Amino acid sequence: MSKVAVEIQKTTLSASYKTSKSLGNKIGYGILYFALAVIAIIQVYPLVWLFLFSLKTNQEVFGMSPFALPHAPQWGNYAKAWTAGHIDVYFFNSVLYTVAAVVLTVILASFVTFAITRMEWKLSGLVLGLFMAGYMIPLHSTLIPLFNFFKTANMIDNPMSVILSYVAFNLPITIMILSGFYRTIPREIEEAAVVDGCSIHRIFFQITLPMTVPVLSTTVIINMIYNWNEFVFVNTFLSSDKWKTITVGVNNFVGQYLTDWGAIGATLMISIIPVLIAYFILSDRIVEGIAAGSVKG
Amino acid sequence: MRSVMSNKWVISLYVLPALILILLLIYIPIVLTGYYGLMDWNGIGKMKFIGLENYIELTKDTKFWQSAWHSLLLGLFSTLSLVGYLILSLILASKIKGANFLRKIYLIPMLLSSVAIGQLWAKIFDPTNGMLNRLLVLVGVENPPLWLADSKIVLFALFLPIVWQFAGFYIIIFYAALKNVPEELIEAAKIDGATPIQIAYKIKVPLIAGVIKVMVILAIVGSLKYFDLIFVLTGGGPNGASEVMASYMYTEAFSKYNFGYGSAIGFGLLIICLVVTWFIQKLLNTKDVDY
Repeated sequence: MSKVAVEIQKTTLSASYKTSKSLGNKIGYGILYFALAVIAIIQVYPLVWLFLFSLKTNQEVFGMSPFALPHAPQWGNYAKAWTAGHIDVYFFNSVLYTVAAVVLTVILASFVTFAITRMEWKLSGLVLGLFMAGYMIPLHSTLIPLFNFFKTANMIDNPMSVILSYVAFNLPITIMILSGFYRTIPREIEEAAVVDGCSIHRIFFQITLPMTVPVLSTTVIINMIYNWNEFVFVNTFLSSDKWKTITVGVNNFVGQYLTDWGAIGATLMISIIPVLIAYFILSDRIVEGIAAGSVKG
Repeated sequence: MRSVMSNKWVISLYVLPALILILLLIYIPIVLTGYYGLMDWNGIGKMKFIGLENYIELTKDTKFWQSAWHSLLLGLFSTLSLVGYLILSLILASKIKGANFLRKIYLIPMLLSSVAIGQLWAKIFDPTNGMLNRLLVLVGVENPPLWLADSKIVLFALFLPIVWQFAGFYIIIFYAALKNVPEELIEAAKIDGATPIQIAYKIKVPLIAGVIKVMVILAIVGSLKYFDLIFVLTGGGPNGASEVMASYMYTEAFSKYNFGYGSAIGFGLLIICLVVTWFIQKLLNTKDVDY
């Protein structure tokens, strides 16, 4: 069909559309939008409620409507959570482990993906399969041997155990996302570089890696969210307060201050805010990363 | 060209660090789990080989099968909820204004840790001061449920935060897949007089069947592995009413120091995950849709 014909068809279609938009149609759309909005409120309101009770006194939480605004915002709850709950230490640890693991994961995954999608060797299919299958292995089945391994290696209560576990368990999804992108990059530039006598390391670092920056940022964000939120490894491998992360710290804090809703709410808010800020800035990339990571799996 | 791109030293240098890491921290441990299951071991002292004793006990352990049943139930709920997510995605992808904004809003809970979600929902479920029961009382419910303290409904209650957490994730994926459906097919169907519901059911859904299958597997296997939220919210209680395989394994090993038996449970979890994945793949492939 010629382009003109398609255009004509489109105009006639949209014309017939307009005439068919009757009153019933409008009501239908109204109901639809109402339903979509209600779901949006359900998804967001619990967090608003959390923010509200993080600023309340216990009298307000227990005595008054849970939907009321706090009378005088108790910002002191945040100060209390930050200092009394070691949240400052936990927060720093979370940042440290997250950054270290993300950097290692992304570098190692890039090396692997380059070698698998760009270089020629017999076992590349098998090795790729090994990495991909790692995605299906339940983490909890590895927990006891990992615990024993780190104990034998004298790495229990040592952050390296957690960082290395993050890297190992995030490599599959990272390689999955990266390899989808690598396969779309044309090989001509690399081939030309080879002809010019460029070394393989220079090709990787100066030609291929820079081309993957958009997808690298996607994997960085996905990894960051996973690591920041991780619970089991930290809870199992690290026992000293000085090494714990905010996710585990929050859980312990809540266990100690069972009835102090304000302080609990403040602690939860502190643990959530960094992720929310990252999301407000990078939501397009995050959404894209989630779509890319799973659709191609 | 050939020689540069198939240099064995470079390949080893690029692949081995990551490969060694996943062999050491993923593949060797799953083999070892099976091996430790043959031991009587408290995690600290020496292991004592006891043969298949743990595994025989596991097959008779009603608590284990109950936890496996709970995990499977969660998988079933999750699969059913996919229908709802799919309908929502179909609506969002049919040129709804603000669809992009809405799906971003829906995703927000997915960004939070399961621990934060667990602690937040512990407050939401609180029988007297929680948001949920206050809301129910407000609309006239006289005896709102105790939620997490009621062994009959705890599993269903736990499913609320799970739906809340993962809705956005599945919607994003279905939405992305639906956006890849060629526009011409839909236009052609419209010309033939198909209603939006017919288009959704007969064209769009069959075209993204591949993605739907992957999501079914992900939902079920994800449910079998589910741990954090349940550990935080109920710890498997009351009376094991919300115990799942991973939480049972964790309690046996790290609270009761039965590392041998815990390993056997962990191996059981692995086998069940693999079998279920294999079974669903078989099941879904036989009904493969041609397009």
